[in-house]
Amino acid sequence: MATDTVTADTVKLLDAATARLGGAIVGSTVFRGQAEVEVGARDIISVLRLLKDDPELAFDCLADLTCVDYLEFPEPKPGRFGIVYILRSTRHGRILRIKVYLPAEDPEIPSASGIWKAADWAEREIYDMYGVFFGGHPDLRRILMPEGYEGHPLRKDYPVKGRGERDNFPVYSPAEDKGGGGA
Amino acid sequence: MSGEAGEGDGSAARIPAAAPGATKATTDRARPACAPDVVHGRTGSKKADSGGPGRRTMLLNLGPQHPAMHGTLRNVLELDGERIVRANPEIGFLHTGFEKLGEHMSYNQWVTLSDRMNYLSPLNNNIGYAVACNELFGIEFPPRASCILTIMGELSRIADHIICVGLMAMDMGAFSVMLWTFVEREKLYDIFEAVTGQRMMTSYTRVGGVFRDAPPEFPAMVRNFCSKLPSVLDEIEYMLNRNPIWLGRTRGIGVITREDAIEYSLSGPVARASGLARDVRKDRPYLIYRELDFDIVTDTAGDCFARYKVRMGEMRQSLRIIEQALDRLPSGPVKVDDHKISLPPKHLVYTDMEALIHHFKNIMPGHGPRTDRGEIYSCTESPNGELGFFLVSDGTGVPYRLRVRPPSFYNYQIFPKAVEGLMISDAVAVLASLNVIAGELDR
Repeated sequence: MATDTVTADTVKLLDAATARLGGAIVGSTVFRGQAEVEVGARDIISVLRLLKDDPELAFDCLADLTCVDYLEFPEPKPGRFGIVYILRSTRHGRILRIKVYLPAEDPEIPSASGIWKAADWAEREIYDMYGVFFGGHPDLRRILMPEGYEGHPLRKDYPVKGRGERDNFPVYSPAEDKGGGGA
Repeated sequence: MSGEAGEGDGSAARIPAAAPGATKATTDRARPACAPDVVHGRTGSKKADSGGPGRRTMLLNLGPQHPAMHGTLRNVLELDGERIVRANPEIGFLHTGFEKLGEHMSYNQWVTLSDRMNYLSPLNNNIGYAVACNELFGIEFPPRASCILTIMGELSRIADHIICVGLMAMDMGAFSVMLWTFVEREKLYDIFEAVTGQRMMTSYTRVGGVFRDAPPEFPAMVRNFCSKLPSVLDEIEYMLNRNPIWLGRTRGIGVITREDAIEYSLSGPVARASGLARDVRKDRPYLIYRELDFDIVTDTAGDCFARYKVRMGEMRQSLRIIEQALDRLPSGPVKVDDHKISLPPKHLVYTDMEALIHHFKNIMPGHGPRTDRGEIYSCTESPNGELGFFLVSDGTGVPYRLRVRPPSFYNYQIFPKAVEGLMISDAVAVLASLNVIAGELDR
């Protein structure tokens, strides 16, 4: 892949985004020709809406939404959790990453599910795996782990072998009149 | 069923209580065991639009142990007669923790787990992961490896699409199509076995290349397969395209609009059947797709029939791609020449000190291939759509974070909307046409 041309395009994209977003941008990085823009948690909804609605940038599609736990990362980061929005423009085929750092204590960020329906399950997965709370999400509950599961498995301080929850999964039985769907 | 509900007279037009599972649900009416609100400990959020005052709906568990639910998908359907008022998909039954495991394995070890995501086309997962690793490492496949992987990826795409069409036809009652498609898949698996040593869990790629070269008879095997496939595709289309049952059960069923396709971040054949000409092979060409001439197959109808047609069309495009790639299959190495990343040749390991050290460093835990600190998002076009990897490297031999963007996860989100107002049997058709694979959905 011609990294030079990719980087040139990326710089152009970053310039356009900076011009549009202005003060909301906290910082930006380019690695292997890919652009990442850091914004504050308070601005995230307005930034995403701007990027989506802007006729020139036209990042109309949320390609992916995920999270990174920087607890054990060798270099310091502005917050423990990094929420990563990967935006795609279906018109230009370009990709832009937006990152928001959240503190270790009570990480919370406004939900993007009002902007893209695609964010619904992705945010539920982040809530499930990292315990990040999405304010204003219509149905924020666990998606991959069973109901009643304790802990957030993708956090770095969660052991890969688990904590033996299998023994303490809540068991739903019809006799207890709790309804089905247990483990 | 809901016959005793308010509008009891209307039940004459509906199918009486012969639907599967109806008996259980009827006995559980007083305490619906599967009510989503009960299951999730919430109350009062139930929609009031269930068909007017006094009208009661029934809750039915479809899956996870249901043959039409393709793996371990569970759907709690709220039914009015046989019509779906609301579908509530429950996922996670096949959650295996691939992403967590990825943070504890070297870059090359995780390839074996990528096989187990979309188990209908493991090679495309291998390719997606290897392309992402290469992007993170800032390296490229050697030309021969690129070409082989392009061919293998397209063969794997054919295997996935043809099984999807076959299973969809089986769900609609056309059993023979399924048998024909499995014959083709077996032939493809013979090729995979010859190249990778495995029929299903191929684990073919490594960072910067593939672990072994294709055998000399590889081009002939592929050409032989490709020369015979078009007649099978014709036969399937001859069987289905004018079949009134097939048309009745797929045309106009589960329509997804182009706007919804963007809104829900759909990709692959599902998005293209809705008129969204989105294909990573064109948008962000990887391997040798930039040099190849092929078309994005699209349709505008957005229904199950359109998704079937797009898959059929894509198999023909795959044949075109394979044809071109075979013509330009170069000779040469199949992994990068940097032995800090790829294993040195075995005969050198036994005779050359340097090679032995590289081999050791590559294999031992904590010493594997490593790269600079950084984060990348890379995507490839898997048969189901955009298969993305978000990789974070902290400079060690183990990924700091390995996120998979499975196409099925996003494609399945549209399901409740697509089946609203349809019959239960239509939900089966819609699900089959979305080709949701539980392995990659739950990871």
